[in-house]
Amino acid sequence: MKTHIIPEYCVDIDEDRCNRCKACIEQCTYGVHHYDVKKEAIISRSEECVNCQRCVVFCPTEAITVRKNRNSYRENNHWTQAMIVSAKRQAETGAVTLVGMGCDRPGFTYWDNLLLNASQVTNPSIDPLREPIELRTYLGKKPQKLNFAFNGGEAALATELAPQLCVETPILFAAMSYGALNLNAHQALAKAASELGTYFNAGEGGLDRRLYGYGEHLIVQVASGRFGVHPEYLNIGAAIEVKIGQGAKPGIGGHLPGDKVNEDIARTRMIPPGTDALSPAPHHDIYSIEDLKQLVYALKEATDYRKPVAVKIAAVHNSAPIASGIVRAGADILVLDGFRGATGAAPEIIRDNVGIPIELALASVDQRLREESIRNEVSLIASGGIRNSADVVKAIALGADAVYIGTAALVAMGCTLCQRCYSGKCPWGITTTDPEISRRLNPEIASRRLVNLVRAWSMEIREMLGGMGMNAVESLRGNREQLRGVRLTDTELRVLGVKMAGE
Amino acid sequence: MSMSSHVPLPALKKSLSVINAESLDRRVLNSFLKRVAAEGVGKVQIHNVYGQRYIGTGLNNGLEIEVHGTAGNDLGAFMDGPSIVVYGNVQDGCGNTMNNGLIVVHGQAGDVTGYSMRGGKIFIRDSVGYRAGIHMKEFQNTRPFLVIGGSTGDFLGEYMAGGVILVLGLNSPHGEEFMARFVGTGMHGGLIYARGEMRRVGTGAEISDVEEDDMDQIEGLIKEFCCHFAFDSDGILESTFTKVIPSSRRPYGNLYAR
Repeated sequence: MKTHIIPEYCVDIDEDRCNRCKACIEQCTYGVHHYDVKKEAIISRSEECVNCQRCVVFCPTEAITVRKNRNSYRENNHWTQAMIVSAKRQAETGAVTLVGMGCDRPGFTYWDNLLLNASQVTNPSIDPLREPIELRTYLGKKPQKLNFAFNGGEAALATELAPQLCVETPILFAAMSYGALNLNAHQALAKAASELGTYFNAGEGGLDRRLYGYGEHLIVQVASGRFGVHPEYLNIGAAIEVKIGQGAKPGIGGHLPGDKVNEDIARTRMIPPGTDALSPAPHHDIYSIEDLKQLVYALKEATDYRKPVAVKIAAVHNSAPIASGIVRAGADILVLDGFRGATGAAPEIIRDNVGIPIELALASVDQRLREESIRNEVSLIASGGIRNSADVVKAIALGADAVYIGTAALVAMGCTLCQRCYSGKCPWGITTTDPEISRRLNPEIASRRLVNLVRAWSMEIREMLGGMGMNAVESLRGNREQLRGVRLTDTELRVLGVKMAGE
Repeated sequence: MSMSSHVPLPALKKSLSVINAESLDRRVLNSFLKRVAAEGVGKVQIHNVYGQRYIGTGLNNGLEIEVHGTAGNDLGAFMDGPSIVVYGNVQDGCGNTMNNGLIVVHGQAGDVTGYSMRGGKIFIRDSVGYRAGIHMKEFQNTRPFLVIGGSTGDFLGEYMAGGVILVLGLNSPHGEEFMARFVGTGMHGGLIYARGEMRRVGTGAEISDVEEDDMDQIEGLIKEFCCHFAFDSDGILESTFTKVIPSSRRPYGNLYAR
C-alpha cells in the first residue's frame, strides 16, 4: 500500500558547508542519511527523520538544517495536521497509534496560570546567599502528635516514628524501567541520586544486579507484571512503590516491545528474550482498596516494616476519594501522576485524552486529605509535567511534599523529545537497549548533567523561598496564599484553592 | 531442570518449635517465624490457624512450616526458600510472587494462586479459584511449578512468561473435561498441562501435541504430587493430557502502529 503520509520534517544539507565526513550517517539511527557516490554528496530521506537533532549537533560544519515540512495537509482548527496523519496511519496499518513521552497538546498546563508571591516591605525577604534555606524533606507517615518520656532532666521521644525517606531537595527521579531505559541511563540516574541525596525509581522491570550498590538511593517498583520483583530486590531499596497507574496512560497496562528485550533485560525481568513484557491493566491481586491494603502490608511484612511503601496512581476524576482510600490502605507515600506525565510508549489516544491535569488533582487531593484529618498520614509526591524549578515550587504550594521528574531528567541526559522511545533506536543512547547505540550515553557525564540540573533548580527554589520570606520548604507546603491565578475561571480557582491575582 | 529437588518433608530431624496461633495477630505470628528461623530452629508447627495472612511472607531461609487450620491470604508471598505444608485450605494469593521454596496444601486454594511465581513449587491437593498462575516467569534454569489436583477457575495462566502449570482435574464435577475459560490468554512463555481434554484456550495460546519430553515432565510432577498426598500415581498417569503453549512470542506484536 502506498503511504499517503507526508514527511513531518525536511532535512536540508548545505552542500558548500558539508565536508562529506559522514558523521551524520554514523549518528542517525533511523537511516535518514546516505552517501551517494556518484553525486559525491550526502542524500537524506526526510520521511524517516524524527527531528531528534542528533546529526545537527554532531555535524562539524553546521551544514544540516532540520525543519518542519512546509507541506501540510489542508489542516483546519478541527482537523489538525497531527489528527489527519494519525487517521491515515491507522487506515494504513489497522493498529493503535503508539507514541512516546507526555501529552504534547496545548491547553492542559495550569502551572503557567499560577504566579508566586514575594515579600515587599512588610516581611523581609531572605537572601539565600547569606542565610541557610532548608530544602531537606522527609517523606512518610507523620504521627498525629509526639509523646515524650521524661527521665529526670532528660526528655526522649516515646512515639515510634514510621520509616521515612530523607531527600536533600524535594526532587526525585521518576519511575523509568530497565528496558524502557538502558543500563547506562539507569546508572546515570542512580549515581546522580546518590550524589544529590535523593532517590531514583527503577520502574517496573527490576534493577540490573550491577546497580544493587545504589540501593540506598533506590525506590523499587511493584507493578502489575511484577517484573524483577523478588525479596532481595525489595530489601535492597530504600522504599517500595506500588504502581497502580501512570499519568501518560491511566487505566491501561504497558507493553515493553520485544525488540528492546535483550538478554540482560530478559534476565532481570525473568521473561524470554525478544518477547513483549506485558504489564496488564490491573494488578490481578488488586481489585479493591482492601486488596491494595493486602499488597501494601504483604510488602511491609516482606521488608519487616522498615521501608515506606508508596502507591502511585494516575490523576483521574475521583482522585481525591481514591487517595483517601489509599491512605487508609496503609500507604506511607502517595504519588499522583498527572495528565502530562510521560512514558516510553503509550497509545496516543489514551495519552492525549485520559486523566486530568496534575495541578487540579494535587489541589483536590491535598484538600480532601486535610478535610479528613489524614494529611499527616501520607506524603504526597506530584509527578507528570514538572519542567522547571518554578513548577516544583508551585506544586509544593499546592500541597505536594516533593516532586518526581522524568522527562526533565531525560532532557538533562540528552533527550530532545522526539517521542520515539518505543522504537529502541534512541539516537541519544538513552532509551535504546542496543548495546552499540547505548554506548553513546556515558553514565558519568550523564550523571553530571543530572546533578547540575537538580543543583541549579535547588538554588532557584531557595531564591524563590527566600523571596517569599521563608527559610524552609516546609513553610511553603500547601501554602496556597503564596499562589495567585491568572486567566482562570472561578471554578478553576476554587478547585485549585487559589485566589485571583489582584485579590 | 531439577524435577525432584523437593521430596516430601523428612521426619522431624530438625529442631522443632510449636505455636498455638488461635488468638495471635498475624504480625506477631510472622515475627515469631522470622525470629525462630534466625535462632536456628528448623521446623515450626503452627496450630489453630484461623485465616491469619502472610504466613511465611518474605521469609528467605530453609525453615519448614506446618500449618494446621485455614491459612489466610498471601501465604508464602515473596517467599524465598522455606517449605510450607498446610493441613487445611488456603485463601487468596498463595505463593504470590514467590521466588523459591515449596508450598503443599492438603485442601483447596483461593484466587490468584501462584501469581507471578518466579521459582519453587506449589502443590494444591484440591481445586483453586480464578486467575491461578497468572504472570508466572522463568529464566534459564530458574523455573516455577504449580500443580493443581482439582479444577481451576477461569483465566488460568494468563500472560504467562514461563514456568509450568499442571491441572489434574481429580474429583472434578465435570470429569476429565477442562471447563475453565480464557486459559493462557496473552501467554508468551511457559507451559500449561491438563489431564483430559481441553476444548478452548484464550487468545494467544494454543493446544499442542504432548511429546515424550512433556510426558516425562508430567510424570515427574504427578509422582511428586502423589507422594505429598498419598495418591496412586499409576491410575492418574493412564489418562491422556493436553498441552497449552504460547502461539507466538509476541502475542500483541501487531497491536500497535509504530
